[in-house]
Amino acid sequence: MRFIDEFRNAELVRRLADKIARVSTRPSRLMEFCGGHTVAIMRNGIRQLLPPTIEMLSGPGCPVCVTANSDIDEAIALAGLPDVIITTFGDMLKVPGSYSSLQKARAEGSDIRIVYSTQDALQVARDNPQQSIIFIGVGFETTAPTVAMAVVQAEKEDLRNFYVLCQLKTTPPAMRALLDLGEIKINGIICPGHVTTIIGTGPYQAYARDYGVACVVAGFEPVDILQAVEMLVQQIERGDPRVEIAYTRGVRPGGNLKALELMHNVFDTAGASWRGLGEIPCSGLKLKMKYARFDAGRAFDVVLPPAREAPGCRCGEVLRGVIAPTGCKLFRKACSPENPIGPCMVSSEGSCAAYYQYGESDG
Amino acid sequence: MCLAVPVKITSIEGDQADVDIGGVSRRVSIALTPEAEVGNYVLLHTGYAINVLNEEEAQETLDLLERMVEAGEGE
Ligand code: SF4
Repeated sequence: MRFIDEFRNAELVRRLADKIARVSTRPSRLMEFCGGHTVAIMRNGIRQLLPPTIEMLSGPGCPVCVTANSDIDEAIALAGLPDVIITTFGDMLKVPGSYSSLQKARAEGSDIRIVYSTQDALQVARDNPQQSIIFIGVGFETTAPTVAMAVVQAEKEDLRNFYVLCQLKTTPPAMRALLDLGEIKINGIICPGHVTTIIGTGPYQAYARDYGVACVVAGFEPVDILQAVEMLVQQIERGDPRVEIAYTRGVRPGGNLKALELMHNVFDTAGASWRGLGEIPCSGLKLKMKYARFDAGRAFDVVLPPAREAPGCRCGEVLRGVIAPTGCKLFRKACSPENPIGPCMVSSEGSCAAYYQYGESDG
Repeated sequence: MCLAVPVKITSIEGDQADVDIGGVSRRVSIALTPEAEVGNYVLLHTGYAINVLNEEEAQETLDLLERMVEAGEGE
Protein backbone atom coordinates (compact mmCIF):
# COMPACT_ATOMS: atom_id res chain seq x y z
CA MET A 1 0.00 0.00 0.00
CA ARG A 2 1.18 3.50 -0.81
CA PHE A 3 3.00 5.31 2.03
CA ILE A 4 3.06 2.18 4.14
CA ASP A 5 5.10 -0.53 2.42
CA GLU A 6 8.03 1.77 1.61
CA PHE A 7 8.31 2.59 5.30
CA ARG A 8 8.33 -1.07 6.28
CA ASN A 9 11.31 -1.98 4.11
CA ALA A 10 13.21 -4.55 6.20
CA GLU A 11 16.53 -3.85 4.48
CA LEU A 12 16.26 -0.13 5.21
CA VAL A 13 15.30 -0.90 8.81
CA ARG A 14 18.41 -3.06 9.24
CA ARG A 15 20.72 -0.48 7.73
CA LEU A 16 19.23 2.33 9.81
CA ALA A 17 19.75 0.24 12.94
CA ASP A 18 23.41 -0.32 11.91
CA LYS A 19 23.83 3.39 11.38
CA ILE A 20 22.40 4.16 14.83
CA ALA A 21 24.76 1.63 16.43
CA ARG A 22 27.74 3.32 14.70
CA VAL A 23 26.73 6.81 15.80
CA SER A 24 25.55 6.22 19.37
CA THR A 25 28.24 6.48 22.05
CA ARG A 26 26.46 8.19 24.97
CA PRO A 27 23.97 6.38 27.18
CA SER A 28 20.63 7.89 26.11
CA ARG A 29 17.09 7.53 27.36
CA LEU A 30 14.39 8.07 24.78
CA MET A 31 10.71 8.24 25.64
CA GLU A 32 7.88 7.74 23.18
CA PHE A 33 4.81 9.72 24.01
CA CYS A 34 2.18 7.96 21.99
CA GLY A 35 0.49 4.62 22.52
CA GLY A 36 0.66 4.03 18.77
CA HIS A 37 4.45 4.31 18.97
CA THR A 38 4.57 1.95 21.94
CA VAL A 39 2.73 -0.68 19.95
CA ALA A 40 4.80 -0.11 16.80
CA ILE A 41 8.07 -0.33 18.76
CA MET A 42 7.05 -3.54 20.48
CA ARG A 43 5.46 -5.17 17.46
CA ASN A 44 8.48 -4.54 15.26
CA GLY A 45 11.00 -5.55 17.92
CA ILE A 46 12.69 -2.16 17.62
CA ARG A 47 14.20 -2.25 21.11
CA GLN A 48 16.15 -5.35 20.16
CA LEU A 49 17.53 -3.61 17.07
CA LEU A 50 19.03 -0.76 19.07
CA PRO A 51 22.49 -0.69 20.66
CA PRO A 52 22.83 -1.05 24.46
CA THR A 53 23.54 2.68 24.76
CA ILE A 54 19.89 3.43 23.99
CA GLU A 55 17.15 2.83 26.50
CA MET A 56 13.55 3.17 25.33
CA LEU A 57 10.79 4.19 27.75
CA SER A 58 7.06 4.51 27.24
CA GLY A 59 5.28 7.60 28.50
CA PRO A 60 1.66 8.58 29.18
CA GLY A 61 0.63 8.34 25.54
CA CYS A 62 -2.47 6.19 25.68
CA PRO A 63 -5.54 8.42 26.15
CA VAL A 64 -7.60 5.57 27.54
CA CYS A 65 -4.89 4.65 30.07
CA VAL A 66 -4.40 8.17 31.39
CA THR A 67 -8.14 8.71 31.90
CA ALA A 68 -8.62 8.95 35.65
CA ASN A 69 -10.90 6.45 37.38
CA SER A 70 -13.22 9.25 38.49
CA ASP A 71 -13.77 10.16 34.81
CA ILE A 72 -14.57 6.58 33.88
CA ASP A 73 -16.89 6.38 36.90
CA GLU A 74 -18.73 9.43 35.56
CA ALA A 75 -19.27 7.78 32.16
CA ILE A 76 -20.59 4.65 33.86
CA ALA A 77 -22.90 6.69 36.08
CA LEU A 78 -24.29 8.53 33.04
CA ALA A 79 -24.92 5.19 31.36
CA GLY A 80 -27.17 4.25 34.26
CA LEU A 81 -29.56 7.19 33.71
CA PRO A 82 -32.94 6.52 32.08
CA ASP A 83 -33.37 7.37 28.38
CA VAL A 84 -29.66 7.81 27.84
CA ILE A 85 -27.65 6.21 25.04
CA ILE A 86 -23.89 6.28 25.52
CA THR A 87 -21.81 6.40 22.37
CA THR A 88 -18.11 5.71 22.67
CA PHE A 89 -15.04 4.55 20.78
CA GLY A 90 -14.49 0.84 21.33
CA ASP A 91 -11.26 1.36 23.30
CA MET A 92 -13.15 2.69 26.30
CA LEU A 93 -15.54 -0.20 26.72
CA LYS A 94 -13.47 -2.57 28.81
CA VAL A 95 -11.52 -0.01 30.79
CA PRO A 96 -12.15 -0.52 34.49
CA GLY A 97 -13.26 2.41 36.61
CA SER A 98 -13.31 2.19 40.37
CA TYR A 99 -16.02 -0.46 40.55
CA SER A 100 -17.23 -1.34 37.07
CA SER A 101 -16.66 -0.72 33.35
CA LEU A 102 -18.87 0.44 30.49
CA GLN A 103 -18.88 -3.14 29.28
CA LYS A 104 -20.27 -4.37 32.60
CA ALA A 105 -22.80 -1.55 32.62
CA ARG A 106 -23.90 -2.65 29.16
CA ALA A 107 -24.27 -6.26 30.30
CA GLU A 108 -26.42 -4.93 33.13
CA GLY A 109 -28.76 -3.24 30.68
CA SER A 110 -27.37 0.20 29.86
CA ASP A 111 -27.62 1.26 26.22
CA ILE A 112 -23.99 1.70 25.21
CA ARG A 113 -23.04 1.79 21.54
CA ILE A 114 -19.62 1.68 19.97
CA VAL A 115 -19.10 4.25 17.25
CA TYR A 116 -16.26 4.59 14.81
CA SER A 117 -16.56 8.35 14.38
CA THR A 118 -18.22 11.34 16.05
CA GLN A 119 -20.27 11.47 12.83
CA ASP A 120 -21.82 8.14 13.85
CA ALA A 121 -22.64 9.51 17.29
CA LEU A 122 -24.52 12.41 15.65
CA GLN A 123 -26.42 9.89 13.55
CA VAL A 124 -27.49 7.98 16.67
CA ALA A 125 -28.80 11.30 18.02
CA ARG A 126 -30.75 12.01 14.82
CA ASP A 127 -32.20 8.48 14.83
CA ASN A 128 -33.29 8.60 18.48
CA PRO A 129 -34.86 12.02 19.10
CA GLN A 130 -36.61 10.85 22.27
CA GLN A 131 -33.39 9.89 23.98
CA SER A 132 -30.30 11.72 25.16
CA ILE A 133 -27.16 10.70 23.33
CA ILE A 134 -23.90 11.20 25.20
CA PHE A 135 -20.60 10.83 23.39
CA ILE A 136 -17.68 9.92 25.65
CA GLY A 137 -15.07 12.39 24.44
CA VAL A 138 -11.77 10.78 25.37
CA GLY A 139 -8.62 11.45 23.36
CA PHE A 140 -5.75 13.80 22.63
CA GLU A 141 -5.43 16.58 20.08
CA THR A 142 -5.76 14.15 17.18
CA THR A 143 -9.33 13.39 18.23
CA ALA A 144 -10.29 16.76 19.72
CA PRO A 145 -11.07 18.45 16.36
CA THR A 146 -13.44 15.63 15.44
CA VAL A 147 -15.32 16.19 18.70
CA ALA A 148 -15.35 19.94 18.06
CA MET A 149 -16.70 19.30 14.58
CA ALA A 150 -19.57 17.20 15.95
CA VAL A 151 -20.50 19.91 18.46
CA VAL A 152 -20.53 22.60 15.78
CA GLN A 153 -22.64 20.38 13.56
CA ALA A 154 -25.08 19.58 16.39
CA GLU A 155 -25.47 23.30 16.95
CA LYS A 156 -26.06 23.94 13.26
CA GLU A 157 -28.70 21.19 13.06
CA ASP A 158 -30.14 22.23 16.42
CA LEU A 159 -29.78 18.67 17.69
CA ARG A 160 -31.09 19.07 21.21
CA ASN A 161 -30.43 15.52 22.39
CA PHE A 162 -26.68 15.36 21.69
CA TYR A 163 -24.13 15.75 24.49
CA VAL A 164 -20.43 15.28 24.98
CA LEU A 165 -18.75 14.13 28.15
CA CYS A 166 -15.65 16.14 27.41
CA GLN A 167 -12.57 14.40 28.82
CA LEU A 168 -10.16 15.44 26.07
CA LYS A 169 -6.56 16.05 27.04
CA THR A 170 -3.64 17.93 25.54
CA THR A 171 -0.19 16.38 25.49
CA PRO A 172 2.34 19.25 25.87
CA PRO A 173 1.34 20.13 29.47
CA ALA A 174 1.65 16.45 30.42
CA MET A 175 5.11 16.23 28.86
CA ARG A 176 6.14 19.27 30.83
CA ALA A 177 4.66 17.84 34.04
CA LEU A 178 6.64 14.66 33.49
CA LEU A 179 9.87 16.57 32.85
CA ASP A 180 9.23 18.77 35.90
CA LEU A 181 8.80 15.72 38.11
CA GLY A 182 12.38 14.80 37.30
CA GLU A 183 11.91 11.19 38.43
CA ILE A 184 13.73 9.97 35.36
CA LYS A 185 16.26 11.69 33.18
CA ILE A 186 15.06 11.79 29.58
CA ASN A 187 17.48 12.75 26.81
CA GLY A 188 15.11 12.58 23.88
CA ILE A 189 11.40 12.46 23.11
CA ILE A 190 9.85 10.66 20.18
CA CYS A 191 7.04 13.16 19.69
CA PRO A 192 3.58 11.87 18.78
CA GLY A 193 3.04 11.89 15.02
CA HIS A 194 -0.67 12.49 14.71
CA VAL A 195 -1.02 14.80 17.69
CA THR A 196 1.64 16.92 15.99
CA THR A 197 -0.21 16.73 12.67
CA ILE A 198 -2.82 18.84 14.45
CA ILE A 199 -0.83 21.03 16.86
CA GLY A 200 2.45 21.47 14.97
CA THR A 201 5.88 21.54 16.58
CA GLY A 202 5.63 24.90 18.36
CA PRO A 203 4.79 23.51 21.81
CA TYR A 204 7.91 21.29 21.84
CA GLN A 205 10.38 24.17 21.44
CA ALA A 206 10.35 24.73 25.20
CA TYR A 207 11.47 21.15 25.91
CA ALA A 208 14.51 21.50 23.72
CA ARG A 209 15.29 25.01 24.96
CA ASP A 210 14.42 24.85 28.68
CA TYR A 211 14.97 21.18 29.45
CA GLY A 212 17.68 20.33 26.92
CA VAL A 213 15.67 17.42 25.59
CA ALA A 214 15.99 16.38 21.96
CA CYS A 215 12.60 16.22 20.21
CA VAL A 216 11.81 14.45 16.94
CA VAL A 217 8.32 13.91 15.57
CA ALA A 218 7.93 10.37 14.23
CA GLY A 219 5.56 8.41 12.04
CA PHE A 220 4.39 4.92 12.88
CA GLU A 221 6.15 2.50 10.55
CA PRO A 222 9.44 0.87 11.57
CA VAL A 223 11.49 3.02 9.16
CA ASP A 224 9.82 6.14 10.59
CA ILE A 225 10.70 5.21 14.14
CA LEU A 226 14.31 4.30 13.40
CA GLN A 227 14.72 7.49 11.41
CA ALA A 228 13.50 9.45 14.43
CA VAL A 229 15.82 7.54 16.76
CA GLU A 230 18.74 8.25 14.42
CA MET A 231 17.94 11.97 14.42
CA LEU A 232 17.60 11.99 18.22
CA VAL A 233 20.91 10.21 18.64
CA GLN A 234 22.62 12.68 16.33
CA GLN A 235 21.26 15.60 18.37
CA ILE A 236 22.29 13.97 21.64
CA GLU A 237 25.80 13.12 20.39
CA ARG A 238 26.27 16.69 19.16
CA GLY A 239 24.86 18.09 22.42
CA ASP A 240 22.44 20.15 20.36
CA PRO A 241 18.85 19.49 21.45
CA ARG A 242 16.27 20.87 19.06
CA VAL A 243 12.90 20.09 17.49
CA GLU A 244 12.89 18.19 14.20
CA ILE A 245 10.31 16.36 12.14
CA ALA A 246 11.11 12.91 10.77
CA TYR A 247 7.51 12.42 9.63
CA THR A 248 7.48 15.23 7.06
CA ARG A 249 4.90 13.55 4.86
CA GLY A 250 2.31 13.72 7.65
CA VAL A 251 3.30 16.73 9.74
CA ARG A 252 3.75 20.41 8.95
CA PRO A 253 5.54 22.61 11.49
CA GLY A 254 2.44 24.78 11.94
CA GLY A 255 0.03 21.85 12.28
CA ASN A 256 -3.47 21.78 10.81
CA LEU A 257 -4.66 25.39 11.00
CA LYS A 258 -8.26 24.54 10.20
CA ALA A 259 -8.39 22.00 13.03
CA LEU A 260 -6.64 24.36 15.46
CA GLU A 261 -9.07 27.16 14.66
CA LEU A 262 -12.01 24.85 15.21
CA MET A 263 -10.64 23.65 18.55
CA HIS A 264 -10.01 27.22 19.57
CA ASN A 265 -13.61 28.16 18.79
CA VAL A 266 -15.17 25.24 20.64
CA PHE A 267 -12.91 24.53 23.63
CA ASP A 268 -11.32 26.33 26.53
CA THR A 269 -8.37 24.77 28.29
CA ALA A 270 -9.01 23.54 31.81
CA GLY A 271 -7.27 21.48 34.43
CA ALA A 272 -7.49 17.74 33.90
CA SER A 273 -6.73 14.74 36.02
CA TRP A 274 -4.27 12.20 34.60
CA ARG A 275 -3.72 8.73 35.92
CA GLY A 276 -0.20 8.64 37.31
CA LEU A 277 0.38 12.38 36.97
CA GLY A 278 -2.56 13.76 38.92
CA GLU A 279 -4.14 17.11 38.22
CA ILE A 280 -2.26 19.07 35.53
CA PRO A 281 -3.26 22.70 34.89
CA CYS A 282 -4.42 23.58 31.36
CA SER A 283 -4.07 19.99 30.17
CA GLY A 284 -7.74 19.39 29.41
CA LEU A 285 -10.28 20.75 26.95
CA LYS A 286 -13.75 21.81 28.05
CA LEU A 287 -16.61 23.13 25.93
CA LYS A 288 -16.80 26.91 25.79
CA MET A 289 -19.77 28.60 27.46
CA LYS A 290 -21.50 29.15 24.12
CA TYR A 291 -21.62 25.36 23.67
CA ALA A 292 -22.46 24.63 27.32
CA ARG A 293 -25.78 23.04 26.43
CA PHE A 294 -23.93 20.15 24.80
CA ASP A 295 -21.86 19.53 27.93
CA ALA A 296 -23.01 16.26 29.53
CA GLY A 297 -21.19 17.21 32.72
CA ARG A 298 -23.54 20.20 33.11
CA ALA A 299 -26.72 18.70 31.71
CA PHE A 300 -26.84 15.61 33.90
CA ASP A 301 -26.41 15.25 37.61
CA VAL A 302 -24.84 12.05 38.74
CA VAL A 303 -23.53 11.07 42.13
CA LEU A 304 -20.13 9.43 41.86
CA PRO A 305 -18.83 6.80 44.23
CA PRO A 306 -15.48 7.63 45.85
CA ALA A 307 -12.81 6.80 43.27
CA ARG A 308 -10.31 4.07 44.07
CA GLU A 309 -7.44 2.36 42.30
CA ALA A 310 -7.11 -1.37 41.75
CA PRO A 311 -4.92 -2.69 44.59
CA GLY A 312 -1.44 -3.65 43.43
CA CYS A 313 -1.77 -2.08 39.97
CA ARG A 314 1.19 0.13 39.10
CA CYS A 315 -0.21 1.75 35.94
CA GLY A 316 0.64 5.19 37.33
CA GLU A 317 4.34 4.38 37.47
CA VAL A 318 4.20 2.59 34.11
CA LEU A 319 2.67 5.73 32.56
CA ARG A 320 5.43 7.91 34.00
CA GLY A 321 8.08 5.57 32.63
CA VAL A 322 9.36 4.90 36.15
CA ILE A 323 8.86 1.16 35.81
CA ALA A 324 8.41 -1.05 32.77
CA PRO A 325 5.30 -3.24 32.84
CA THR A 326 7.59 -6.16 33.69
CA GLY A 327 8.40 -4.27 36.90
CA CYS A 328 4.83 -4.83 38.14
CA LYS A 329 4.45 -7.96 40.27
CA LEU A 330 1.05 -8.69 38.78
CA PHE A 331 2.26 -8.57 35.13
CA ARG A 332 1.61 -11.88 33.36
CA LYS A 333 0.47 -13.34 36.70
CA ALA A 334 -2.74 -11.93 38.14
CA CYS A 335 -2.90 -9.41 35.28
CA SER A 336 -3.29 -10.36 31.62
CA PRO A 337 -5.43 -9.14 28.71
CA GLU A 338 -7.99 -11.84 29.54
CA ASN A 339 -8.10 -10.74 33.15
CA PRO A 340 -6.84 -7.14 33.18
CA ILE A 341 -6.39 -5.31 36.44
CA GLY A 342 -5.40 -1.89 35.17
CA PRO A 343 -6.16 0.15 32.04
CA CYS A 344 -2.60 -0.27 30.71
CA MET A 345 -3.42 -3.95 30.22
CA VAL A 346 -6.89 -3.34 28.79
CA SER A 347 -6.23 -0.81 26.07
CA SER A 348 -4.63 -2.21 22.93
CA GLU A 349 -2.25 0.76 23.10
CA GLY A 350 -1.46 0.33 26.77
CA SER A 351 2.16 -0.43 27.61
CA CYS A 352 1.28 -3.50 29.66
CA ALA A 353 -0.83 -4.97 26.84
CA ALA A 354 1.89 -4.22 24.26
CA TYR A 355 4.57 -5.85 26.42
CA TYR A 356 2.30 -8.80 27.05
CA GLN A 357 1.39 -9.35 23.45
CA TYR A 358 4.83 -8.83 21.95
CA GLY A 359 6.56 -10.65 24.73
CA GLU A 360 9.31 -8.54 26.18
CA SER A 361 10.77 -10.36 29.17
CA ASP A 362 13.81 -8.32 30.15
CA GLY A 363 12.05 -5.01 30.88
CA MET B 1 -6.20 5.93 19.78
CA CYS B 2 -4.42 8.52 17.67
CA LEU B 3 -4.21 5.94 14.91
CA ALA B 4 -4.49 7.40 11.42
CA VAL B 5 -3.92 5.60 8.14
CA PRO B 6 -3.17 6.83 4.63
CA VAL B 7 -6.15 6.45 2.27
CA LYS B 8 -6.75 7.73 -1.24
CA ILE B 9 -9.61 10.08 -2.10
CA THR B 10 -11.64 8.82 -5.06
CA SER B 11 -14.41 11.43 -5.12
CA ILE B 12 -15.52 14.53 -3.26
CA GLU B 13 -18.96 15.91 -2.50
CA GLY B 14 -18.98 19.04 -0.34
CA ASP B 15 -17.08 18.26 2.84
CA GLN B 16 -17.52 14.52 2.38
CA ALA B 17 -15.25 12.28 0.35
CA ASP B 18 -15.15 8.66 -0.71
CA VAL B 19 -11.85 7.02 0.07
CA ASP B 20 -10.40 3.68 -0.84
CA ILE B 21 -9.41 1.55 2.13
CA GLY B 22 -7.80 -1.63 0.87
CA GLY B 23 -10.27 -1.89 -2.02
CA VAL B 24 -13.30 -0.96 0.07
CA SER B 25 -14.93 2.42 -0.44
CA ARG B 26 -15.86 4.47 2.58
CA ARG B 27 -17.37 7.92 3.08
CA VAL B 28 -15.36 10.21 5.33
CA SER B 29 -15.37 13.86 6.36
CA ILE B 30 -12.82 16.20 4.80
CA ALA B 31 -14.08 19.19 6.76
CA LEU B 32 -10.69 19.40 8.52
CA THR B 33 -8.76 19.28 5.22
CA PRO B 34 -10.61 21.62 2.85
CA GLU B 35 -7.55 21.64 0.57
CA ALA B 36 -7.93 17.89 -0.18
CA GLU B 37 -8.42 16.94 -3.83
CA VAL B 38 -9.41 13.79 -5.65
CA GLY B 39 -6.34 11.57 -5.99
CA ASN B 40 -4.73 12.90 -2.79
CA TYR B 41 -3.77 10.59 0.01
CA VAL B 42 -5.06 11.75 3.38
CA LEU B 43 -4.44 10.56 6.93
CA LEU B 44 -7.74 9.12 8.13
CA HIS B 45 -8.55 9.24 11.84
CA THR B 46 -11.97 8.15 13.18
CA GLY B 47 -13.80 9.02 9.99
CA TYR B 48 -12.05 12.35 9.40
CA ALA B 49 -9.16 13.23 7.13
CA ILE B 50 -6.78 15.09 9.44
CA ASN B 51 -4.10 15.96 6.90
CA VAL B 52 -3.24 15.66 3.22
CA LEU B 53 -0.14 13.50 2.91
CA ASN B 54 2.73 15.21 1.19
CA GLU B 55 3.89 12.79 -1.51
CA GLU B 56 6.99 14.77 -2.39
CA GLU B 57 8.10 14.80 1.22
CA ALA B 58 7.56 11.06 1.43
CA GLN B 59 9.83 10.49 -1.56
CA GLU B 60 12.41 12.94 -0.26
CA THR B 61 12.50 11.15 3.08
CA LEU B 62 13.09 7.81 1.39
CA ASP B 63 15.82 9.27 -0.86
CA LEU B 64 17.48 10.95 2.10
CA LEU B 65 17.46 7.75 4.13
CA GLU B 66 18.96 5.77 1.24
CA ARG B 67 21.77 8.29 0.91
CA MET B 68 22.29 8.41 4.64
CA VAL B 69 22.63 4.68 5.22
CA GLU B 70 24.91 4.42 2.19
CA ALA B 71 27.14 7.30 3.22
CA GLY B 72 27.73 5.73 6.61
CA GLU B 73 28.70 2.29 5.44
CA GLY B 74 32.36 1.36 5.13
CA GLU B 75 33.36 4.07 7.61
S1 SF4 C 1 0.58 -5.31 34.71
FE1 SF4 C 1 -1.59 -4.98 35.20
S2 SF4 C 1 -1.61 -4.51 37.37
FE2 SF4 C 1 0.50 -4.21 36.67
S3 SF4 C 1 0.62 -2.05 36.10
FE3 SF4 C 1 0.07 -3.17 34.24
S4 SF4 C 1 -2.17 -3.08 34.20
FE4 SF4 C 1 -1.57 -2.55 36.29
